[in-house]
Amino acid sequence: MTLAAPLETSPVPDRAPRVDYDTLIQPERIHGSLYTNPDVFADELERIWYRTWVFVGHASEVPQPNDYVRKKLGLQDVIMTRDKNGEIHLLLNRCAHRANLVCDAASGNSSSFRCPYHGWTYRNNGELLGYPYHKGYGGKGKVELAMGKVPRVAVYQGFVFGSFAEEGPTLAEHLGDAAGEIDRLARLSPEGEVELTAGWLRHKTRANWKLLAENETDGYHPQFVHGSIFSVTGSHIGELYSDAATSVTRALGNGHSENDLRPEFRRMNEPMKWFGTTEDRVPNYVAAMRAKHGEAAEQILIEGAPHVMIFPNLFIAEIQVFNIQPISERECVQYSTAVQLEGAPELNTRMVSQSIGSVGPAGMLLADDTEMYERNQVGVGMREPKWVDIRRGVQRESIDKRGHTVGAANDETAMRAFWRNYKSLMAPENTEGTQP
Amino acid sequence: MTVTIDTDRSTPDLTDVREVEQFLYREARLADEHDYDAWEALWTDDALYWVPVDGGNYDPMQHVSAIYDNRRRINTRLEQLRTGKRYAQSPPSHLRRIVGNVEILGTEEKDSGAIDTVVGANFVLYESKPRGKEIWAGRYTYRLRVVEGEIRLVGKTVVLVDNAEAIPTLGFLI
Repeated sequence: MTLAAPLETSPVPDRAPRVDYDTLIQPERIHGSLYTNPDVFADELERIWYRTWVFVGHASEVPQPNDYVRKKLGLQDVIMTRDKNGEIHLLLNRCAHRANLVCDAASGNSSSFRCPYHGWTYRNNGELLGYPYHKGYGGKGKVELAMGKVPRVAVYQGFVFGSFAEEGPTLAEHLGDAAGEIDRLARLSPEGEVELTAGWLRHKTRANWKLLAENETDGYHPQFVHGSIFSVTGSHIGELYSDAATSVTRALGNGHSENDLRPEFRRMNEPMKWFGTTEDRVPNYVAAMRAKHGEAAEQILIEGAPHVMIFPNLFIAEIQVFNIQPISERECVQYSTAVQLEGAPELNTRMVSQSIGSVGPAGMLLADDTEMYERNQVGVGMREPKWVDIRRGVQRESIDKRGHTVGAANDETAMRAFWRNYKSLMAPENTEGTQP
Repeated sequence: MTVTIDTDRSTPDLTDVREVEQFLYREARLADEHDYDAWEALWTDDALYWVPVDGGNYDPMQHVSAIYDNRRRINTRLEQLRTGKRYAQSPPSHLRRIVGNVEILGTEEKDSGAIDTVVGANFVLYESKPRGKEIWAGRYTYRLRVVEGEIRLVGKTVVLVDNAEAIPTLGFLI
């Protein structure tokens, strides 16, 4: 028996080697490690979630002055508040004193928040109002601290976005032509207003958030993943994405994409077909739309709602809105709700009912999508093949009048666009301000 | 004064907690074992199967729920499962649940004149799937009715302990 030799110790690098995104993201294939590597997730937090515009919530969730609701932005616990002047703020739910949780209610109405730990109080715009036993600080108003805030908040059609970058593209620049798809949704309201007031389902998903973002405008999967519910309900949704369909997949710039189903609905030429109903079933709604839009109403009622994925986390699926928020490289939460249209009570109850049937943890559509995400997450961890293939339809893409790349209904045009944008945000030449 | 006594005990008595429990245990077993036909046969035509979120103190026509199934949608849900291509349950989860703390809470009269017995219970449910295990727990509130000599299920509300948190896929009958 001999004494054990001293352990060989190798110096631990301060930081893992940089991920070579240029090699791992190729035009027609993506390396599986991008879904499994914790270093990639850490980079994503800094370069995407805490930098670009991220969907957080909707102004209709805080309709009154001093309303607030708790939200997530990446891993950050955020309070979305509306101050007494009506302005919306995204406060980081952390006391400036010793980092305690300032607000522990899910929602409410209050002009101020009081930290339970030492009683520091803040206005609902984040300003420090006061602290107890002020002599310990040399008097009142002596501490120059405040709650953290998401520095840039912008609202489009009530959709509230936050960006942790002090400077950068405006929300309008970020949305680009995807804004027009949000407009299409709002136009379906006789009052021109979308509300997200039906509450949120929260679906824990053991998969990387990018698998969800990629799937939202993937027209290739519906007939397979959702064949069970389409066959049981006699739904024709699958046909909108078939090889014979005239629908298209369109990259809208900045990683946004849509399944544009309008060509199919125009071909059918029936008002409310997009909603799976006929105009005689929703007569008051149709009348209100015709009163509002005149002759233009027919086109709106025929073409229906958008199916658009807005990078990185807002998905509008006709009558549902999804907010995807990451937890780690292998877990995320899908928040989903029913679109509610101001002035359309006939549609609103139907949209709640249809959404409950379709989305969320027990949804007859989304539970199956989520099963696929979770199986994919296992698959991308396997050793061979190392790549995820996204070449479908690359040979038949075209450029439309607005300069957007267009593919067939079930092509992977949207995924390629997602990854082009992802790479532009993650690639080293684009990382000014981050540590080497 | 005479009292009618059901001497052969053939008519279910919804004031007898033992009889109520036997029904609840059978319903639980059918759900655990994915016996969709037998489980579906328990329901009345005015059925309501509800899994609320956020505590359920809302109008379910105006607020989303995890499940809010009338009799027709219960059938749709089961038909989807019966295709074998409801991937969230293909292969099906392995399930066992314990139903306890059974209390008969009272009765309710429906507009139709039917009298339903309201029963509360707690449950813990262990789910095993190839990718992992889940523990589900919560409160069941059942509405039961005797129809043609048999106990039938009119309503089942499932308030999960986790109803305000993100929950994983709920593809089975809870």
